[in-house]
Amino acid sequence: MNATALAADEFDPASVVTRDPVVRVEGICKHYGSVEALRGIDLQFERGKLTTLLGPSGCGKTTLLKIIAGLVPATSGRIIVNGRAVTGPGPERAFVFQDFALMPWATVLRNVGFGLELKGVPADERNRIARSYIGEVGLQGFEDKYPHELSGGMRQRVGIARAFAVNADVLLLDEPFSAVDEQNRRKFQEDLLRLVEMERKTFIFVTHSIEEAVYVSDRIVLLSPRPGRVSNIIDPRIDRTADPDDIRRDPGYLDVVEEIWQGLRHYAE
Amino acid sequence: MSVMSQDVKVVAPAATTRQALRLFAERRRSFWVVLSLLVLFTAWEIAGRVPISFAFPTFLDTLAALAEMVADGSMVRAFFLTLQPLVLGVAISALLGIALGIVMGLSDRMEWLLAPVFIVLQAAPMAALVPLVTFVYGIGLVAKTLAVIMLALPVIVLNSYKAVRHVNPSLVDMCRSFQGTRRQQIFKIIIPDAAPVLFAGLRLGVAAGFIGVMLAELLITPTGIGDLITYHRSVANYAHMYAAVASIIAASTVTLAVLQWFETNVMRPEKRRS
Amino acid sequence: MTLFGYRIPMMASLIVWALVWEIVGRLDLIFLIPPMTAIIVAGFDLMQTGSWQNATLVTVRSFVIGMALAIGVGVPLGVMMGRVKIIDNIFGLWVNIFVSAPLSALVPVLMILFGMGEATIVVTVFLFAVWIIVLDARAGVMQVPPSLVEMARSYGASRATIMRKIILVAALPEILAGIRIGVIRGVKGVVIGQILVAVIGYGELFELYSRSFDMERFWALTLFLFAAAMVLSAVVENAEKRIEYYAGAR
Ligand SMILES: Nc1ncnc2c1ncn2[C@@H]1O[C@H](COP(=O)(O)OP(=O)(O)O)[C@@H](O)[C@H]1O
Ligand SMILES: [Mg+2]
Repeated sequence: MNATALAADEFDPASVVTRDPVVRVEGICKHYGSVEALRGIDLQFERGKLTTLLGPSGCGKTTLLKIIAGLVPATSGRIIVNGRAVTGPGPERAFVFQDFALMPWATVLRNVGFGLELKGVPADERNRIARSYIGEVGLQGFEDKYPHELSGGMRQRVGIARAFAVNADVLLLDEPFSAVDEQNRRKFQEDLLRLVEMERKTFIFVTHSIEEAVYVSDRIVLLSPRPGRVSNIIDPRIDRTADPDDIRRDPGYLDVVEEIWQGLRHYAE
Repeated sequence: MSVMSQDVKVVAPAATTRQALRLFAERRRSFWVVLSLLVLFTAWEIAGRVPISFAFPTFLDTLAALAEMVADGSMVRAFFLTLQPLVLGVAISALLGIALGIVMGLSDRMEWLLAPVFIVLQAAPMAALVPLVTFVYGIGLVAKTLAVIMLALPVIVLNSYKAVRHVNPSLVDMCRSFQGTRRQQIFKIIIPDAAPVLFAGLRLGVAAGFIGVMLAELLITPTGIGDLITYHRSVANYAHMYAAVASIIAASTVTLAVLQWFETNVMRPEKRRS
Repeated sequence: MTLFGYRIPMMASLIVWALVWEIVGRLDLIFLIPPMTAIIVAGFDLMQTGSWQNATLVTVRSFVIGMALAIGVGVPLGVMMGRVKIIDNIFGLWVNIFVSAPLSALVPVLMILFGMGEATIVVTVFLFAVWIIVLDARAGVMQVPPSLVEMARSYGASRATIMRKIILVAALPEILAGIRIGVIRGVKGVVIGQILVAVIGYGELFELYSRSFDMERFWALTLFLFAAAMVLSAVVENAEKRIEYYAGAR
C-alpha cells in the first residue's frame, strides 16, 4: 500500500501510463467570453477505473466534465470516447448532477426511468429496470415518492440510479455528495466503491474533498486554479479489501492525503 | 385554511376573556376574515345612514337590492351575458398567450421581435384602444371579447415568456445528457417546469380580463352587469347599482381566490425546490 | 439577438414594427391604421392646439394629485400593516381584494359620488394605484431583518428613530417597486377614468376624434399615453436601481 511519489513542481504527464483508455481528452481549452476556464488539458481515462478530478472551487472541474459529457462545447481540442470524437451527448455516457436535477413533478420511479423514457423504452420494461436500480441504490419502497419527500442523500441516490439505468460505459459524476451530510457521505462513498466493483464501468468523479478523492479513486487528477490545468496525477493504490474504518486510519492513505494537501497548499495561500 | 393551525404551541388555559379572545384570534384565520368584513360593512352602513351623499345607499339596502336581483333572475341573466366575452376572451388569450410566450422563451429571434411589443402593451393603458374595436367589430360579442383579449393577452404572454426563461437549466442539461430531442425537452421538461408560473400568468390574465369586460360593457354597449350598473344608475336606483358593482367585484375575487388556491395546493410551487 | 456578429438591442425591434405599421398604413388597407409618419405629424400638430394643452394639463393634474394621495396613504398604511398585526389582519383582506378587483366597474359609482369632473379621475387614479403600493410597502417592512432593529435598539435608538432611520430606509427598495407598479396602474386609471367619464381631458379628445373618425389624432394621442407610461416607469425604475445599489449589500 504505497503511493507513487511525484514531485508536484516537476510533473510530466507523459510519464503517466494509461492502459486501454476509454475516454481521451486532447488539448481541451475553454473560454467563457473573456474568462479562461481551462487551458490545454490532456488526459486519458482507463476503462473500468474510477478517476477523480480534484481541485479548488472554480478551477473548471464541472466545465471539463460537461465538455466530456458533450453538454458544453470546448473552445478548442477534442474528446474521444471509445475511439469516436464527441460532438454532443451520447448513449455511452451518463451524467450525475451536483444539484441532482430531478424532476420535482415526477415520482422516484419515473425519475429513475427517465433516460429510458426518452429513448422510447416501453413503460413495462423501463419500470422493471428502474425498480432494479432503485433497489441497488437502497431506495426500495420509495418508488412512488416525490423528490421533495426525500433527503438530500436519497435524492442523489435517485440521480445515480437514473444514470445506471441507461447502462452507459462511462459515468460522469459532478460532486455528487457535496449536498450530503458527513455521516451519509461516508456511507455513500462505500456504496460507490461497491457499485464500481459490481458494475465494471468507467467512473469520472469530481470532488473538492481530498479525503474523498483518496478514499474512492484509482487515480486522482489534480487541477490548478483558473485557468484550470493538470498539475499532477496520483495513483493512491489503496487496498480496498480492508475494513473502511481501517483504511481511513491507514498510514498509506494518510500519506497520500498529506501529499496532495502539500501540492495544493500553495494555491490556498 | 385549517381551523387549528399545527404550529400553535401548547398553551396554558386562558385566564381572562381577553386572553381567550386573543388565543382564538391567533388560531382562526376565519376570525379575521369575518372581523374585517364586519368592519367595512359597518362603516358602509354608518356612512349610508348619515348619509354622506344622496347617492350612497346603506349596506343593508344594498344587500336587499342584491337579494331582489338574485330572486327575480336579472342577476343570473346579467352574469350569463358578462361571462360569455370574459370566458371566451380569457380562453383565447390563454391559448394564444401561452403559445406566444413559450415561443418567445424558446427562440431568441422571437424574443427580440415580440418581447418589446408586449412589454409596451403591458405597461400601456390599453383601455384607450377599446373605442377602436367598435369601429371594426361593432357592439356585439366579438367586440367585447376583443376588449378582454387586449387587456388579458399581454400579461399572459409576458408571464409565460418569463416562465420559460426561468426553467431550471440543470433539468434541461439532464434531458440533453440523455439525448432527449428538442421536442422531448420542450414537452417533458420545459413546459412541466414552467407550469406553475404559466398558471400564475393565467390568473393575472383573468384579473385583467375582468377589468376588460367591465370596461367593454360600460363603454361599448350596456349588457350584462354593465347594463345593470348603467340602467339602475339612470333611474337612480342606487342600491341596485351598488349591488351590481359589488357582485362583479365579489365574482372576480372568488374566481381569483379559487385559482390561487389551485395554484398553491395543486401546482405546489414550494414543493418544487429540489 | 445577434445579426452578422453584431448585438442588436432588444427594443430595436420596435423600429421594425413601426416600419411595418408605416407600410400597412400606406397600403390603405383599413382606415383604422394611418401611416406612422402621418400619426407623428398629427402628433406635432396636436401639441400646438389649445385643446390638447388643456387636456394634458387636466390629465397630468389629476394623475399627479391621485398618485400623491395614493403614495401618501399607501406607504403609511403598508408600513403600519407590516408593523402592527391587528391592522394587517383587518385591512389585509380588503387590500388583497382590491389589488386585483375590476375597478373599472367602480368608476360609475365614483361618477355619481364625485361628479363628472376631475375629482372622479383623481379618485380613480388613487384607487388603481394605492393597493399595490400598500402591499409592497408592507412586504418591504416585513422583510427588514430583526437583527437590524435589535442593533439600533441596543445603541439606544428611540422608536421614532428606528422607524425613520432603519425600517423606512431598509424597506425603500420594495416601497419604490410598489410605487413603480402604482405609477403604471395610475396611468391606466387616469385613462379608464377619463374614457368612462368622457367629458374631461384626454377622454373628451378620444371621444371627439373617434366620433369624427380622425384616426391620425386618435393614434397620436394613444402614442402620447403609451410613451408617457413607458417614460414614467423608466424614471421610477432608474430611481429603484440607484436605491438597490445601496441596498445591494444586505
Ligand atoms: N456558463 C458560464 N459562463 C461564464 N463563466 C462560467 C460559466 N460556467 C463556469 N464559468 C466560470 O468558469 C470557471 C470554472 O467553473 P466550474 O467549471 O464551474 O468550476 P468548478 O466546478 O471547478 O467549481 C469559473 O471561474 C466560473 O466562474
Ligand atoms: Mg462545480
